[in-house]
Amino acid sequence: MSKRLLISAFEYEKDILGATKTARESGYKIVDVFTPYAVHGLDKAQGLKPSKLPWLTFALGISGAIAKLWYQIWISATSWPVNVGGKPFKSVPAFVPVTFEIMVLFAGVGTVLAFILISKLRPGKKPTVLFDRATDNRFYLVLEETDAVFDVKNIRSLFARFNIVHMEERIETGNGKLLEAEVVA
Amino acid sequence: MVEVYSFLRKPLILGNKTFAEVTHDIAEPLETKSTTLWWGVFLVTLTMFGLGVVAVTYQIFTGIGTWGLNNTVGWAFDITNFVFWIGIGHAGTLISAILFLFRQKWRTSVNRSAEAMTIFAVICAGIFPIIHMGRPWFGFWTIPYPNARGPLWVNFRSPLVWDMFAIGTYFIISLVFWYVGLIPDLATLRDRTTSKIKKAVYGFFSLGWNGSNKIWSRYETVYLLLAGLATPLVVSVHTIVSWDFATSVIPGWHATIFPPYFVAGAVFSGFAMVLTLMLIVRTVMHLEEYITIKHIENMCKIIIATAWIVGMAYTTEFFVAWYSGNPYERFTFINRAFGPYAWAYWIMFSCNVFFPQLFWSKKIRTNPVLVFIIVIFINIGMWFERFVIIMTSLTRDYLPASWASYSPSIIEIATLVGTFGLFFSLFLIFARFLPMISIGEVKGVLSYGKNLHAEHTAVKEEMPV
Repeated sequence: MSKRLLISAFEYEKDILGATKTARESGYKIVDVFTPYAVHGLDKAQGLKPSKLPWLTFALGISGAIAKLWYQIWISATSWPVNVGGKPFKSVPAFVPVTFEIMVLFAGVGTVLAFILISKLRPGKKPTVLFDRATDNRFYLVLEETDAVFDVKNIRSLFARFNIVHMEERIETGNGKLLEAEVVA
Repeated sequence: MVEVYSFLRKPLILGNKTFAEVTHDIAEPLETKSTTLWWGVFLVTLTMFGLGVVAVTYQIFTGIGTWGLNNTVGWAFDITNFVFWIGIGHAGTLISAILFLFRQKWRTSVNRSAEAMTIFAVICAGIFPIIHMGRPWFGFWTIPYPNARGPLWVNFRSPLVWDMFAIGTYFIISLVFWYVGLIPDLATLRDRTTSKIKKAVYGFFSLGWNGSNKIWSRYETVYLLLAGLATPLVVSVHTIVSWDFATSVIPGWHATIFPPYFVAGAVFSGFAMVLTLMLIVRTVMHLEEYITIKHIENMCKIIIATAWIVGMAYTTEFFVAWYSGNPYERFTFINRAFGPYAWAYWIMFSCNVFFPQLFWSKKIRTNPVLVFIIVIFINIGMWFERFVIIMTSLTRDYLPASWASYSPSIIEIATLVGTFGLFFSLFLIFARFLPMISIGEVKGVLSYGKNLHAEHTAVKEEMPV
């Protein structure tokens, strides 16, 4: 299945924010926006929902803490109980520091691994869609040409006040690769 | 969320930079050949590291007897160095995590190198407890894994075991935090470089980053979560380090003030080390427009605040020793200020409490040369703080018959020199291959291309309602 995509390039943060907002409000389907840095307010303009990762972090932290607390109690009271200065085998207050550390470790490392997995990133991966200067100084807005009514000229005039610097059409093949750049403006 | 901008404030980054200029300024030093100065300094630090390797090798082959320790003084130089290096690391996490949570935008110019400093300092710190074991090849016994020795487990009631977990977690989380921050910048370098090898390496580690806002949005969430996790972590790490002392019954150590006292001291010494490095970096790598006088001033102000906390702790310790009515405590503190190690105590006190007060003067804290001299004194003072805590309490404990003295052997001094060599060598390598300043984050704090800059003449302030 292939899609026709329209790519518009901008120079400034305020323009990409404005253009994205306008495109969404006019009912166009935004595939993605590519920016050299995290632009504040772009999530809202693009209509992205907040990530659910914090829930995962919470769950990971809790499970790390429970697992480690259990492990400490099992080691100190069941596997080989050693009498240390007459202290109880299940000396839970003394187990708090390590439990806390493992909670942070599980939550932190787990969250980052989950982030890499959901974002479909992996070491050595070639970027699927990469625009020339997206990691340097350009902002790219990618729209999907959903139906026959989609009029490039219309969008061109819509974006004129956002100082659009470049516009092109491309075909996306099924595997996420972009083909055939066709400069339209 | 409404952000407040003011044109009355000076910009964080000077020189009216565009995005392309930022990329260029920060990435360019990585694309040129190393200078003679770099090689010269690197050879010196590498030699220092080599000296440390020789000293540690000799110590491992011969035994802990090569150190100046005796029956009374079982901890001395090595644990001083351990606490010193761990403390250095804390400013990195403070800048990267706590200042991030407080929305302190000036952190963007210094967080990358401060985080690198954290990692290198923790590596240096980790060496000391391991070599102190005497038989470091059994170091992995500190990990509670099912084994054929019983199974013989670690004692989870021991602060030394807590410490192993705290330092281990701290190292891993700092490394992950640093790496996550690096991913977008590695992608920038990947797309810029012309060298095939560099392209492959940067490409491997940048995970296929392409600037997609769907990923950026998630990335920001992850960064915030990591900052939120690292903040209590950094407090817990030095708290646990202080418990190594506080849970013992040695006079002068057995005090509830230790955790806050150690954490404040760690931040204090860490900022001194960040400033030491940053002042060199901004001059040598010509980054004065990124690490501005304002950044230096801000860090000096944090140093004043933490110097007061540390000073407060020093005096509170004396008060509590007197107020407790415990003769051993009272003796320990009188001995600390006027006993055989009084010289070390007064070096500590003057370097940590008196010298930082010079930063009250704007003239001094805006003069990089003077700031550099003062922070060197603070580095020295904070090393002596740990030395004083360990030395004065151990050499004069409850039983006068067991009183002893201590002076470091040449091997111990060489080991300390070696860790400094390792620290600076790693930092120099970092400066050659990775961006010293977070390219992506700096672009985010520029006023370039933002709505607030549309009209240069109008002063627009959006105030929260």
